[in-house]
Amino acid sequence: MAKMFVSSFKDLLPIILVIAFFQILVLKQPIPNLAELIIGILFVVAGLSFFIKGLEMGLFPIGESMAYDFARKGSVFWLMVFAFCLGFGTTVAEPALIAVADEAATVAAEGQMIADSDAARENYALGLRLTVAVSVGLAILVGVLRIIRGWPIQYLIIGGYIGVVIMTVFAPAQIIGIAYDSGGVTTSTITVPLVTALGVGLASSIKGRNPVTDGFGLIAFASLTPMIFVMLYGMVVLS
Amino acid sequence: MIGDLFNTLISTIRDVVPIAIILFGFQLFVLRRKIPNLGRVLIGFVYVLVGLTFFLYGLEKALFPLGKLMAKQLTAPEFIGLIRQTGEVIESVDWWQYKWVYLFAFSIGFATTIAEPALLAVAIKANQVSGGSVGIWGLRISVALGVAIGISMGTYRIVTGTPLYWYIVTGYIAVIIQTVFAPKSIIALAYDSGGVTTSTVTVPIVAALGLGLASTVPGRNPVLDGFGLIAFASLFPMITVMAYAQLSEWRAKRLTVEN
Repeated sequence: MAKMFVSSFKDLLPIILVIAFFQILVLKQPIPNLAELIIGILFVVAGLSFFIKGLEMGLFPIGESMAYDFARKGSVFWLMVFAFCLGFGTTVAEPALIAVADEAATVAAEGQMIADSDAARENYALGLRLTVAVSVGLAILVGVLRIIRGWPIQYLIIGGYIGVVIMTVFAPAQIIGIAYDSGGVTTSTITVPLVTALGVGLASSIKGRNPVTDGFGLIAFASLTPMIFVMLYGMVVLS
Repeated sequence: MIGDLFNTLISTIRDVVPIAIILFGFQLFVLRRKIPNLGRVLIGFVYVLVGLTFFLYGLEKALFPLGKLMAKQLTAPEFIGLIRQTGEVIESVDWWQYKWVYLFAFSIGFATTIAEPALLAVAIKANQVSGGSVGIWGLRISVALGVAIGISMGTYRIVTGTPLYWYIVTGYIAVIIQTVFAPKSIIALAYDSGGVTTSTVTVPIVAALGLGLASTVPGRNPVLDGFGLIAFASLFPMITVMAYAQLSEWRAKRLTVEN
């Protein structure tokens, strides 16, 4: 455990150096609440160590063992249902997404694209969250199907990019920034290890798949589809 | 302090519960199999919960307030020199006046990405399955460089007010061209590294930076220009990770030629 604390501290060191450099040399101000800062850093270091330990004991093994079990059971249907639920369920309650959706609703109300009332804002934010969650569910589903079938990832991703570019032309300008950002906020710290273990586990238990070339890529889908779907949502709701 | 810690724990549990329900529900009702080493897995989940709680609590307590304050101070008109000593406000700015902002964006993007737990998880897994040919630090540093370049370009975009999609579409074209030339084994991993970069650590500080810039640079509208930094941070790591793979392949080739 002591070794883990040292390596977690190393992970954190760049942030400490950057903040110290800018605070002292550029902004030329003292560091406020030094004691609180040190306690906070100790918590971050301990938290990171525990998280990595838990990752190797809990999240990685369960993701992999479920992938093996699904592969052995051989039911593509249930695997698809599972993939969709995992994507949808982990995204719909994601705090980063809730924050972005609320902010987007405020922006839309200020721009008079939706009525400036609490109900309209809540509706808009909820619609946005459901849109992103459905699109992440579909993304994991398609990504899992790709691993099973062995489709090359680049064609799907490049096709998705072309979709994003085409949608950008037609979507209202006010939704574009939010749509692009929503791709990045969907994948949380718990989802990423789980989905990665699932993909790698599937690719290693299906004959003819390579865990390196086929196992990764699920997160790439999960960050791509929300952009397309959010722009679609903007076209439907805002025009 | 105990109260804050408890609140963070509750919200982390709320995050984990839906995931646990889906996992155990499918395990029990669809797969109908016992989970191997159930006790160990459950302890692992508790570690993840405790770890994330401590991690978020420490960030909220120490690093986020300071990081956000610095983002605000670095973008303040007084610091940039937009207000003359006579009190007159300068309406037009030269992009170069924001040099410290670009440097801050670059270094904080790099530093927060190194500390991002999700990226570490993917790097560990990639190292495992590639039999060590994808280095943990190699991957993390190339992703962090990508985020650093992305966020500093994103701040430049906000200062100059150029449209977001120019950069994104150009970035896509670069990704497509690199996909043709990069080693096949890195492509999926490179695409993934775009999505893992922006979770717990990077987003809050970067969002504060974007909002600070968009509300202080003359002529920018926070509601239109404040978004988009995260998109930059998820695009550029794909480019740098493929570049890293191309570079290591090229070096390996040159070594074999020399020998």
